[in-house]
Amino acid sequence: MSIANALLHASDKPAGKRPYFLDPEVERVMTITMAIAQELAVARQRIDTLERLLEAKGVVPRAELESFTPSPEQYAERALWSQEYINRILRIVQQEGQAAEAGAKGDLPIPDVTQEIS
Amino acid sequence: MDGSDSSTQIARQGAAEAYDGPPDQRTGARHAVYPDLSHDEVERFNFLAQMNHHLATRVAPMVESTWDARVEPRFEAEHGRKPKDRTEARRALLADPVFKTWSALRRMTMEQRQEAGRWAAVRQSESLAAKVASLSDHGRLTLDPTVLVPRYVAAVDHHCMPGSYHTELFPGDVSGPASYDSGIHVTVGGRGGPYNDGIGRTMAAWIKETYPDFKPARILDLGVTTAHNTLPMALAFPETEVIGVDIGVPVLRYGAARAEALGVRNVRFLQADASNLSQFEDGSFDLVMTTMFLHELSLSSMDAIFREARRVLAPGGLMLNMEQPAYAGMPPFEQAIRDWDAHYNNEPFWTTLHSLNLDDHFVAAGFDRDKLVKKVFTAPAGPAGHTRIGMVFVGAET
Repeated sequence: MSIANALLHASDKPAGKRPYFLDPEVERVMTITMAIAQELAVARQRIDTLERLLEAKGVVPRAELESFTPSPEQYAERALWSQEYINRILRIVQQEGQAAEAGAKGDLPIPDVTQEIS
Repeated sequence: MDGSDSSTQIARQGAAEAYDGPPDQRTGARHAVYPDLSHDEVERFNFLAQMNHHLATRVAPMVESTWDARVEPRFEAEHGRKPKDRTEARRALLADPVFKTWSALRRMTMEQRQEAGRWAAVRQSESLAAKVASLSDHGRLTLDPTVLVPRYVAAVDHHCMPGSYHTELFPGDVSGPASYDSGIHVTVGGRGGPYNDGIGRTMAAWIKETYPDFKPARILDLGVTTAHNTLPMALAFPETEVIGVDIGVPVLRYGAARAEALGVRNVRFLQADASNLSQFEDGSFDLVMTTMFLHELSLSSMDAIFREARRVLAPGGLMLNMEQPAYAGMPPFEQAIRDWDAHYNNEPFWTTLHSLNLDDHFVAAGFDRDKLVKKVFTAPAGPAGHTRIGMVFVGAET
């Protein structure tokens, strides 16, 4: 009940028409970006907490984290993750590039296809 | 610089010595009805406090230097004169990308602060309501369902706080004030002390210093909300009966439970509209106080509240209001910056209040012009970019 309410109401709009200072489309993207920046900061602090607790409990000294060198195998795993990650977040760049090629080969807007097959 | 990276520098100097900014939200005082905050909920508040700190200390100065470097010169080139008032200054600023970016970031940071507090408070709203209910049953809270929420509150959601001080998501809900209580840290950057009660402590200290023989039997705090600034007054005058008044039921419930949790015995809470205090007899209080309250009123309600304050004050009493300073005498740029909240942070009475000569309104309410009181405090840079005058006490003796 409370979580459902939180999902419904945590982001409620305050009374009054919202002022926009930039192009509304730009400000919308900036607003989403700042929320993500906030969550990145939160995640960074959580990792820091984890590192400090691990050190305090004698599990992993923080100096060891700083000097950590992955093995070639480990490096490859991490690098693959980075490539996957960048591919995923830059999907639109890839698709817009593919669109140029597809267009040259006769890629149509779907409504045109609809008309063609109806 | 010796070329080493900043983290090495900090390690050498000591981070605590190098650090200049808001304190950890966790260092704020907790009490029995304070919402439980997860690690990440705290860090969300900490990030937003840093954002406000950054906007005030890094970006706001650029708004000012941009004004000098190009906004005002451009206005002068177009009009053959300098901007004559804050409206012309604000309109000129609205054409400049630095002001626009600063404004957009300020607005979205405030919205993020509201979301962060509401998320934490609403997700545990049922347990908070139960905790408050268990602590409120000591006769210190009197509700009056006949009290209407006035238009200047119902229509506004001051400082972009959804639901304002009066809305419940269900009967007994206190998620609004719980969000307010935990999120104040973001707005004031921890400068109000662990209990966010700096204004109340300053007011108590100033009264004791200025009127060493003043022994108020009864204090009335109008617009008490969660009583952050009321409790230090109650503690400073432990023999005094303190009564806090508000139109918002959730803030009164939360405030009463918070006072109970903090063990402050001599304060009671009453649901009432401060413009009609007919339940109190003439001359029945020695001190009527408000803190950051007047700018959230309307002109007619403010005048009515001043009249009621005058009526309920006994001879030898005092009305004291903590507010931001009046605009008179400030350059148009400073007025425009101080007026930002009026236009973009849901503070519609802000401009009017700070443009008034309040002395005339105290006198019109029946106070003696020879007994008006004014004390100006200067403060370091705050998150709103108001760097010159921190606050003023205005009011009158009776």
